[in-house]
Amino acid sequence: MAEIKIINVQKQFGKVVANRDINLTIHDREFMVLLGPSGCGKTTLLRGIAGLDPVDSGSIYIGDTDVTDLPPRKRRIAMVFQSYAVFPHLTIFENIAFGLRMQRVADQDVGKRVEAAAELLQINDLLKRYPAQVSGGQRQRVAVARALAVESEVLLMDEPLSNLDALLRLEMRAELKRLLKEVKSTVVYVTHDQIEALSLGDRIAVMKNGSILQCDTPLRVYDHPANEFIGSFIGNPPMNFLQGAVEVSGSKVNVLAGGASIQPPTSVEGILKQKISSGVRLGIRAENIEVVSNAQKDAMTGKVLVVEPLGSHNMLTVMVGDQRVKVNAHADSVFQPDQTIWLRPAPEKIRWLDVESGVALAE
Amino acid sequence: MKSRASFPRVLGRILTYVLAILIALWILAPIYLIGVSAFGEKLSAYTYPRPFWPAPFTIETMSFFLKSGGVIKSVQSSVIVAMITLVLSTLIGAPAGYTIARFIFSGRDAFRLIVVSTRSFPIVILSIPLAVTFIEWGMYDSVYSLALMHTALALPFTILITSSVFASIPRDLEEAAQTLGCSQLEAFLRISLPLALPGLAAATLFTFVLSWNEVFAAVILTVRNRTLPALVLTVLSESQLPYRFAGGFFMMVPSLIFMLFIRRYLLNLWGRVTK
Repeated sequence: MAEIKIINVQKQFGKVVANRDINLTIHDREFMVLLGPSGCGKTTLLRGIAGLDPVDSGSIYIGDTDVTDLPPRKRRIAMVFQSYAVFPHLTIFENIAFGLRMQRVADQDVGKRVEAAAELLQINDLLKRYPAQVSGGQRQRVAVARALAVESEVLLMDEPLSNLDALLRLEMRAELKRLLKEVKSTVVYVTHDQIEALSLGDRIAVMKNGSILQCDTPLRVYDHPANEFIGSFIGNPPMNFLQGAVEVSGSKVNVLAGGASIQPPTSVEGILKQKISSGVRLGIRAENIEVVSNAQKDAMTGKVLVVEPLGSHNMLTVMVGDQRVKVNAHADSVFQPDQTIWLRPAPEKIRWLDVESGVALAE
Repeated sequence: MKSRASFPRVLGRILTYVLAILIALWILAPIYLIGVSAFGEKLSAYTYPRPFWPAPFTIETMSFFLKSGGVIKSVQSSVIVAMITLVLSTLIGAPAGYTIARFIFSGRDAFRLIVVSTRSFPIVILSIPLAVTFIEWGMYDSVYSLALMHTALALPFTILITSSVFASIPRDLEEAAQTLGCSQLEAFLRISLPLALPGLAAATLFTFVLSWNEVFAAVILTVRNRTLPALVLTVLSESQLPYRFAGGFFMMVPSLIFMLFIRRYLLNLWGRVTK
């Protein structure tokens, strides 16, 4: 059992608060991704779990053990570094064997386990070489094999793919996912790449300015971002945000945005009624907007600004009033810049946010 | 057309070699000429132009030099002083260098500056009060007091060289070792130290040569326990030219051997990659 519990963790570097009162529970064998822009404190948190940078206050549990004051070697963890941190003066075999040697595992077992780890990462034929004699991608595999060989309960990964070129990264991402399903460790994975986070994580903890803003499954984070920042940070293109006015006539609630009168699902009508004076912000993803060719009551009027053919679809940038909206249109659709079109958002896919704070309204 | 295009490149290569040969000659020619005179006949040292070969080859001059009064003993003194200096400055300097490289502490930059500034005092100024102090302490004219002096001279370089050596070893490596079961000390001993060895060897070499060649403090701080340079300076200045060459050649040899021995270590370790 290796559940990781992070309780009220605080970490400061001089005046900069890197981790602000963090609370997070990572379940046994869960793949948790810490996602955020650079400087958000995700690596600090990971290093806190590893014990490389002791936390200022709060506590961290791994399993039932309070590891807050334990050095890294006593935390039963393994870590993959962004720079790989492969030891240049040791052969690849000895690199992978390093953790086992430190545990004083018998020689023949070391051999077997190194072979097994190397097998998993398909680097068996490199074992006798030195790190300088293999490519960057292979060195990365060595770093992962070295972490897997110790069979620790917790595996920490700090942007392990960020130094690979795009194609290799794609390949390695899928391979990592396959591998880590097999090893049954609890994984904490730091990245600033939202696609990596969506594709790998069981859950994603989105961080900004030292705090966790939302921690949920990839789909929930994508579909139901907790605030405007998350909506625009995750997903490509970012979520569209529009200003809307709430209109109540009798028992019916309507939201006016970009010239469209949208009828919200009944579940949010109650909350929207409280926003008559302030208005509301609508968050809608590019793929949830339908392009229609003539004016309709529930469609916004817009003018095409840019058409980007992306193969699988065309991405349109449309001016709705003075706001830019990204829309996915069918691949064989034909649009010209300056053409007037109508956009119909799917009401059930709209996220309703507070105008002031950008925080999602409870549904 | 093709050959013309590559002409500048060929020229560049030739120039590189010419330069390399010139630089090598600049250093090697005097060494060679000293060797010729040291192993030639006594009289050949006075002839002009100098013979290009030590003909006839003889070790007479050399052996005369070695057998002359106090040379063997001064060689012993020199080696002892150099070794003590080497050990002391490495023991003190390497941890200091490591600290500067790895830890951020208040006054780090000031410390770095102060370390260098110790070299701004001329040895002349330091030596006389030091001699007085050593006389008071009853340590005057001893290889140990001279070794202390040499350590003081060598330390700034040792600290700066080792700190840059350790700074060039990524911190990640030690941290990775820690996550794999090492304590901080073990991580240092198993990872940083082996990686730093070539650089440390360079620092050591430097210290040895510095002590072996240092003459001023040696002349002032020793009387009967002269080191070789001090002896050569005081005795050979009054002796014949061939013996001076013999002395000069003998003084060069250890540095050359040491350099050759350590050069392989500096360049060839782990396929030249210590990143």
